[in-house]
This record gives sequence, structure tokens and C-alpha cells, in this order.
Amino acid sequence: MFPFCEDPSQLDTLPWLACYLTTGVHMNFYVSFGTVLLLLAITAPCALAFGFAGAAASRSRILPLSLLGKGYTSIVRGVPDIAFFLFFVIALDQGIEYLVHLARCPDWDEPIRQGANFLVCPEAKMPPGNAAQAWHEAYNFALAVFTFALVFGAFAANVLYGAMRAVPRAQMETAEAYGMTDRQAFWRILVPQMWIYALPGLSNLWMILMKATPLLFLLGVEDIVYWARELGASKTPRFTDYPHGDWRFFYFLFLLVFYLGMTKISEVALGRLTRRLSHGQATLGGEAQRREGGDMQAGAGA
Amino acid sequence: MTRLILTAAAAALIAGAAAAQDVVRMGTEGAYPPYNFINDQGEVDGYERELGDLLCERAGLTCEWVTNDWDSIIPNLTSGNYDTIMAGMSITDERDEVIDFTQNYIPPAASAYASTNPDADLTGGVIAAQVNTIQAAHVAESGATLLEFATPDETVAAVRNGEADAVFADKDYLVPIVEADAEMSFVGDDVALGGGVGMGVREGDDDLRETFDTILSDLKADGTLNELIVKWFGEEAQVYDLDEVGGR
Repeated sequence: MFPFCEDPSQLDTLPWLACYLTTGVHMNFYVSFGTVLLLLAITAPCALAFGFAGAAASRSRILPLSLLGKGYTSIVRGVPDIAFFLFFVIALDQGIEYLVHLARCPDWDEPIRQGANFLVCPEAKMPPGNAAQAWHEAYNFALAVFTFALVFGAFAANVLYGAMRAVPRAQMETAEAYGMTDRQAFWRILVPQMWIYALPGLSNLWMILMKATPLLFLLGVEDIVYWARELGASKTPRFTDYPHGDWRFFYFLFLLVFYLGMTKISEVALGRLTRRLSHGQATLGGEAQRREGGDMQAGAGA
Repeated sequence: MTRLILTAAAAALIAGAAAAQDVVRMGTEGAYPPYNFINDQGEVDGYERELGDLLCERAGLTCEWVTNDWDSIIPNLTSGNYDTIMAGMSITDERDEVIDFTQNYIPPAASAYASTNPDADLTGGVIAAQVNTIQAAHVAESGATLLEFATPDETVAAVRNGEADAVFADKDYLVPIVEADAEMSFVGDDVALGGGVGMGVREGDDDLRETFDTILSDLKADGTLNELIVKWFGEEAQVYDLDEVGGR
């Protein structure tokens, strides 16, 4: 990285550290933080969408739909995360491959399950064996995102279902009295008001989701935990220019600081969001804001 | 977004599938120097990397290196996440039932105990070994208390912090560690385990196995393999007897 890094064994502590912390392998470590943030950025809205669909389905008057929604939330919430992650990702992967196999290799006569092996025809391998490594990583990452979204969607569904019920009944009755259809009342009255009731539960979920990102490591994605363990392991001088002892303590400490920092940022952001969503709502928070007056522009009141 | 990625991936995959199966994915652990490790540039390096690249070059194949945890390295081979294992894996009967091996590319080598205490109790004490290794199986049979870890490095760390009395691993792995650490030394006698280190391939993947097998024979016969072994494992490392190899 720096010109003085030619022979790290001759350097003082500070330049040595500067060289050490900018090696290619450390760059991979820093990139993996991006992986985690990307996972959060994609998973959170997906989980929210899953949750919204689950909650809306649970409320449905159509019996199969409501059973589907309730079944989804109960089953996924009841299974331990790790078990679900280990099972579901494999099942999803094999399910996709099986479907592609059926479509592409109708003449295949060998059994797909051979003992412990799950062997589909080569054309059905997802991703195919000769795809670039980046595609394999993207595929694994996508599986991980989907699984995270499904698991956290179930919890979000439960939170949103409760929030929808917490919106005062009088609001809905008023909407009906104005002649709104069910659909209109749902989208124009219920949904805009439920967020403030959902927020405490959702912010809790967000924190748990953040803490759950090291599960990526379990799914074979090279995330920050993988690199922290790899980089912290003691290195002998023969195989690296930067030999060191067992530094896992420092690397994991760094992860701890990172996650605490993320928590702090989230708390600040969620605090702001709560104030914003309370505005004009028929809740204690909203009422307090109304009494203070002035510090926020008057918006559409409830 | 997820769907977007999946769709894009699927589209690229369908296009890619048309090409011939000329990319071989090489699975390794990346935490077992000098066999395989991640170097300062963040790439897979080591004896197996150099040998694997040489094999692929001679076979006219494009090879891509993939790292995977040791613990799940065989299941991920059988499920097709990669096509070979080159991870310092000894050829044993148990593993041979699940996957196939090429001929060995490292002769049956010694395993050894290393400890910070020269008088460590090897048969009654606590011995650290990596999970799912022939060394772990050996410790379990020896009467000592087996302490298993997911990575080789953790087994050594356990000895340094006093959690285990000694570590039992491939001697080739321990030599650089003992050389670099004045407190560590080899304890007791070396133990010969396994049938040498070979490349693992899926059962039924005979073309690939035979391709690499043939090239390995050539490399053994012309002495290239021995040069590589000495380069990575040092002068004392066990090499192949050229006359014997030539007779195959």
C-alpha cells in the first residue's frame, strides 16, 4: 500500500501498523463490513414487506389466506433461528436445483438422492460449476438475504398485526361513516396510523437483526466474523510479512465496538423516527407534541 | 432487490451453462499453512495452491479456489459447491466411503505432539486436535481427553493459553510454529497416521480423478513434486522415492 512497506520487519510500531492494516487481506476484512451493511440494507425492507404481507393476510376475512398468514408467523417464530438457517438454506438451495433439474433434464434417469449426496444434472447446478466465483457468492448472499427476510418477516408480521389492532376502533368506524370501502379504510386510515404502534416492536427487531448478521458466517458467507477469526489467528513468520501472536481478542473487540456503534446510530435514528411518526397521532407522544406546539409544522391531524 | 439479484444471477447462469465444464472449483480450508493458507494479499497460497495450479495448467483446465470451513468441507464437495478438495486431507477408509481420492501427493507423513511443557502427559492429559481429523480420532483412542476445535490455529492457541496440555496435528503444520515459538517444543514420539494426503473428488467423478491422477504420476516421476514438497515443507520433509514412483 505505502512505499515504505517493502520490508515490514524493519519498521517501527506505527508505520508497521499502517502497513499491516492496509494489506490485501485486511481490505477483504473492510469489504466484509460492506457485506454486512448491504445485508441489513436489503433484508430490513424485505423483512418488512414479508411482515406486512403476513399481517395483512392474518387479518384477512378469507379463511385460507388468514390461516396462511397465521401459520407462517407461528411456524417461523417457533423454530430456533440457527436450526431454521441451517435447514432452510439447504432446503431452498436443493428445492431450486430440483425445479431447474425437472425443467432442464427430463431424461435424467439416475436418482437425485444417493445416500447423503444430492445430485442433480450438471445443467441444473445453481449456480453452474463453471460460473465465476462472484456468482457463487452472490447466490449464497441472495439465499442468506431471503432466509433472513423470511425469519424476521415472521416477527415483523406479528408486530404489525398487533399494531393494526392497536389503532383505535373509532378511527375505522369514522372512516366507514364517511363511506370509505374496507380497502380505502385500510390503506388511508389504518396503515398510516399503525406505524407508531409498530415502531417499538420493529426497532427491537432491527436491533436483533443487526445482532443476527454474524449468522452469515454460518451460511458460508465470508463476513466480518470470518475475517476477524482468520486475521486474529496467530501467524508464523514463514507465511506472512506480518507475523503476530493470537490477536483474536483485539479483532473481536473491534467487532464489539462496531456493533455497539451501530446500536448507537440506530437508537438515534429510531428516536427521530418515533418523534416524526408521533406527530399528529392520537397517542401520548403525539399529544405531548401538540401541547409543546411550534417546534414542528402542523401536518395532517388524526 | 433480492429478486433482481436472483433474476440477474439466473440469467447469467443460463448463459454460462452453455459453455463447456472447463472451470474446476478447488475447495480448500485456507487456514493450514504450509498446505494452504490466506496470504497477505488475501489470496489462497501454499503448497496445495501451487500444486493445484500446476495440475490445472497441465490438464488445460481453469481452476478457481474456494475456501470452506474444514468441518463441512466434505458435505460441500458432495453437494457440488466445488469439485475437488485439496486441504491437507489424509486418505482414510472412512473418507473413501464418502468421496474418492486421487493418489497421494504427500507421502504418508508423521503426526506429532507439541506443547509448552516438555513433560506433558500425552496419554492422560488434555490434548487439542482439530475436529474431524485423523489426529482427533487417534487422541480419542489414546485415552487422553480430546479437546476439539474448528480451526488448526485454535488447537495451538489452546496449548498456549493452558487450556490443553498438548496439541496433536500433522508434523508439517507444527514445524513452522515450533520454530517460531521458543516456548513450544515437540513432545513424545511421532505417530504415523493415514495413507498420505490426496485430492478428494466426488464419487463417480472419474474423469476428473483420472486426469489429475495421471498428471500426479508424471509430476512424481520427473521429480517436480519432490521439489515442491521441499520448497514448502523444508529439507527434512519426506519426499517420494523416484525409482519406486517411476515403476508405476
